[in-house]
Amino acid sequence: MNRFDYARPASVAEAVQAGTGEQVRYLAGGTNLIDLMKENVDRPTTVIDINRLPLNVIEELDGGGLRLGALVPNSDTAWDARVEQRYPLLSSAILAGASPQLRNAATNGGNLNQRTRCYYFYDVATPCNKRKPGSGCGAIGGVNRIHAILGASDQCIATHPSDMCVALAVLDAIVQVTGPEGDRAIPIADYHRLPGDEPWRDNTLRPGELVTGIDLPAEDFTKNYTYLKLRDRLSYAFALVSIAVAMRIEGSTIAEARVALGGVAHKPWRSTEAEKLLKGQQPSPQTFGAFADALLAGAVGQGKNDFKIPLARKGIVRALKQAAEATPQSQTDKRIA
Amino acid sequence: MATAAKIGIGSAINRVDGVEKVTGTARYAAEHPVENLLYGYIVEAAITKGRVLSIDEDAARAVPGVVEVITHRNRPHVAWTDRSYQDEMKIPGSPFRPLYDDRIHFSQQPIALVMAETFEAARYAASLIEVAYEAEAHNTDFDVALDEKYVPKKKRSGYTPPKNRGDAAQAFADAPLTVAGDYRLAPEHHNPMEMFGSTVEWHGDGSITVWDKTQGSQGVHAYLASVFGFSKKKVRVLNPYVGGAFGSGLRPQHQVFLAVLAAKMLERSVRVTMTRQQMFSHAYRPQAVQSIALGAETTGKLTAIRNAATTSTSRYEDNMENVVTWGLMNYDCPNADAEYTVAQIDTPTSADMRAPGAATGMTLFEMAIDEMAYAAKVDPLEFRLINYSPIDAMNGTPYTSKALREAFREGAEAFKWSERSAEPRSMREGNELIGWGCATGMWDAQFSKTSASAKLSANGHLEVACATSDIGTGSYTVMTLVAADTLGLPPEQITAKLGDSDLPAAPVEGGSWGAASSGAAVQLACQAVGKKLLKAAGKIAGEPLGGAKIDDVLFEDGCIVLKDTPTVRVPFGDAMRAADLTEIEEEATAAPGLRDMWKGLHKSKNTHSAIFAEVRVDEELGVVRVTRIVDAVAAGRIINPKTARSQILGGVVMGIGMALHEETFPDHRLGRWMNHNFAEYHVPVHADIHDIQVIFVDEPDPEVTPLGVKGLGEIGIVGTAAAIANAIYHATGKRVRSLPITIDKILE
Repeated sequence: MNRFDYARPASVAEAVQAGTGEQVRYLAGGTNLIDLMKENVDRPTTVIDINRLPLNVIEELDGGGLRLGALVPNSDTAWDARVEQRYPLLSSAILAGASPQLRNAATNGGNLNQRTRCYYFYDVATPCNKRKPGSGCGAIGGVNRIHAILGASDQCIATHPSDMCVALAVLDAIVQVTGPEGDRAIPIADYHRLPGDEPWRDNTLRPGELVTGIDLPAEDFTKNYTYLKLRDRLSYAFALVSIAVAMRIEGSTIAEARVALGGVAHKPWRSTEAEKLLKGQQPSPQTFGAFADALLAGAVGQGKNDFKIPLARKGIVRALKQAAEATPQSQTDKRIA
Repeated sequence: MATAAKIGIGSAINRVDGVEKVTGTARYAAEHPVENLLYGYIVEAAITKGRVLSIDEDAARAVPGVVEVITHRNRPHVAWTDRSYQDEMKIPGSPFRPLYDDRIHFSQQPIALVMAETFEAARYAASLIEVAYEAEAHNTDFDVALDEKYVPKKKRSGYTPPKNRGDAAQAFADAPLTVAGDYRLAPEHHNPMEMFGSTVEWHGDGSITVWDKTQGSQGVHAYLASVFGFSKKKVRVLNPYVGGAFGSGLRPQHQVFLAVLAAKMLERSVRVTMTRQQMFSHAYRPQAVQSIALGAETTGKLTAIRNAATTSTSRYEDNMENVVTWGLMNYDCPNADAEYTVAQIDTPTSADMRAPGAATGMTLFEMAIDEMAYAAKVDPLEFRLINYSPIDAMNGTPYTSKALREAFREGAEAFKWSERSAEPRSMREGNELIGWGCATGMWDAQFSKTSASAKLSANGHLEVACATSDIGTGSYTVMTLVAADTLGLPPEQITAKLGDSDLPAAPVEGGSWGAASSGAAVQLACQAVGKKLLKAAGKIAGEPLGGAKIDDVLFEDGCIVLKDTPTVRVPFGDAMRAADLTEIEEEATAAPGLRDMWKGLHKSKNTHSAIFAEVRVDEELGVVRVTRIVDAVAAGRIINPKTARSQILGGVVMGIGMALHEETFPDHRLGRWMNHNFAEYHVPVHADIHDIQVIFVDEPDPEVTPLGVKGLGEIGIVGTAAAIANAIYHATGKRVRSLPITIDKILE
């Protein structure tokens, strides 16, 4: 870990003021940033500890939504009665991730901004365009079991590792940020980005911007939903593929269905175009399969992760079935419903 | 007088060091407080093979707090012959010497050590070091290396060459039923909880005290004396607590070398610890491929066993394991041959990891046996009974004991194996296919020369001591129970000391020989104390024991008691006072061949187990859950059923990891392990573990070791992964021959 300046502002305004500059990082739970600093993957010159900012509450929004403060721990969010009752998909996705200890420390804002788990990104002795622009991508042609099958570029095939964000993508969450140029609201779909030619940019935050909260619009996906996570062990592993589904069923037809995938791309992967295939349909393996094919259109394996494509397809079909039958995946009983 | 139930051998008690461990007062190697410490951080090679051309240390040296950057260029003198670096494990070859010269033998090799006033400063400075290399072509691909596999000329001590019998090639060709295939095991890293670390206290008079994470304080002691030229009296090595090791601490690891090197050079006390990432820079379980061909009659009787295995080693040492012998020993089959070779890759030398050889070779063999059972349409358990060998079928020698048949029976009953439906894919519940599989486990029952002392004070306190280690296995508790048993004292009055090179000699703790060996030595030392007590009692006026001989008395509740007249009791204190003794101290050595200590000298000595596993596999998604394991273990006499059960549970959990999770991924272009951290190197977590039932089968065996103890450290892992793999086949009808069985292999 390098030597750095440390500031602990008391207000958001002070934090943003201190947050300008090249190698400045905001520190919240630290469950990812501190590891990155220890391994010299990230070497901020200034660390701004934002843990004292008043961003640690969950508030009602006009119109029936909720605002999740950026500093609310993942655990508190998942177990919040309002979140559990109104956004059980989000609770489920959060509880599918990490361990209780990590969820207690990790914050909502930090979850959005966590970095990839690509092996090469974490090992400074290897090439990585995300860590060191222009050094190449070690994962292409290398050990890429956990890498992207969708939206990758020839510069980077890393994935975004979050579970929470996959649910947020389905819930059409809005990320509230503030920065030197004032406040902005970024739809979750536009928050994370694909690697393209600038794989070092995980998201669309501008320099110095700080996430203050996450808004959940009023939606009713409390019955037909699921978060299904497929991984290399039954807990405490990042997703090989995860599937978040929120569905409304009217009578026997699907009035609306939203599906996002985790573990397969540089951002939660969702296609509103493909979702049209589900709208107005009866739940059936054929309908779900056709949708899965559409959502996975253009999927490309990198060799060691080729299995993710059929796994994702099967997972999507199963998750849609779970949601349609109102039998969401339990995150404690690891038997897949 | 009412007496409490005697606590001794066979009593299930909590580990005596449990409170220290859970309250944090047990100090591990990198936790011992020493004043004025310097901290070291290891700089690792970024290339796999070649030379260090230059090291730019300027930026590192400029970091406040940095005291020195130690490289091969400025290091103090160290020994220069291979012989000086040989450790207790005696791997043939040229042992790795940290910072010896500019040669790079493997990726993550230590090439510099940054010493600073804080760990953080050292670590940061280490990141600023720029190294220029001259890279040479390397190969870390085991499959490529297989082209040049070979039989090492010089054999590692402990290696047992397989003995062929009959004509296996012909018998295989003639067999009506055959199975043949390559079975594989991925490289695994030990990853004990405690990272390797050493604290060296520099006393200023040329002597040092070293707290080291090791499985053998005396092995490290000898190594340090030999490598650095210390007089043996000037070095003391301590390892009172070890946070697991699984074999990675059998050999001195490079951090202890580096720590002592730095202490010597800087004449200061130092501490060097590895990070979790750096735990992948040394020992690992060799990658393996085993070509197994089996032939059988249609009845299921085996007629041919062909068992050939290759495991990975480094370029500089030939690490050999007993991989192919197990199958030949365990099965009654007239024709059997085997071959064992190694193949070199550019990694550190592979190392012993829990049940080295057997965890690989018996497990993979048991997967092939399962295939043969199906080919013969015989229940896999029945198949094992049809081919049961009461004697060691490879050596033709009887076992001191082999209660494997009883283990099968008791295990099968507990598991309800008889309710199994024979056909694959014939059991299901909801989306899950259910499979039941079984396997046999085997390990050696070893016993090594070990000394111990026992010191009884007049106040009735007994201290027993031995330089063995407790790597989480329960050695403190074993020593306490044996002493309690021998001298009839309650455990609260007994202190066990271990983990100190100054204590009576013991081998490195490994191979499951610890309890049998240190237990035997402690018993002998306590018996010697008992004899002294009896002699002292003879000085009591009126001779209440009436000149009784040692066989006429027993020791109970701190008293010498006449066997024939139990009302005649002489408290230890009375005896010692009569003889004017304030304490009695005795030392004794137990060793095979000493007196009548190892009656079964010319017999085979092994532990056995019968493992039954239930898996549930999501039919579409390939997600595996191991929902039930029954492990019935025949391991002779059990000293402490509680810690013994824990040993087996741990082995079974590790076996679940071997079956489903553990695998280190190399990038062959970079010659480097890529998932070198705990997020991406997977071991089982709580969610992966369901019901595990441990059964100890009654197996009295007075011949195997003095206490009739066989050892339990490794048997729990052997075969467990096979039982799971076989259950996965039974569930899915899909045969996966390479471990670990990850989701992609099931869906393939």
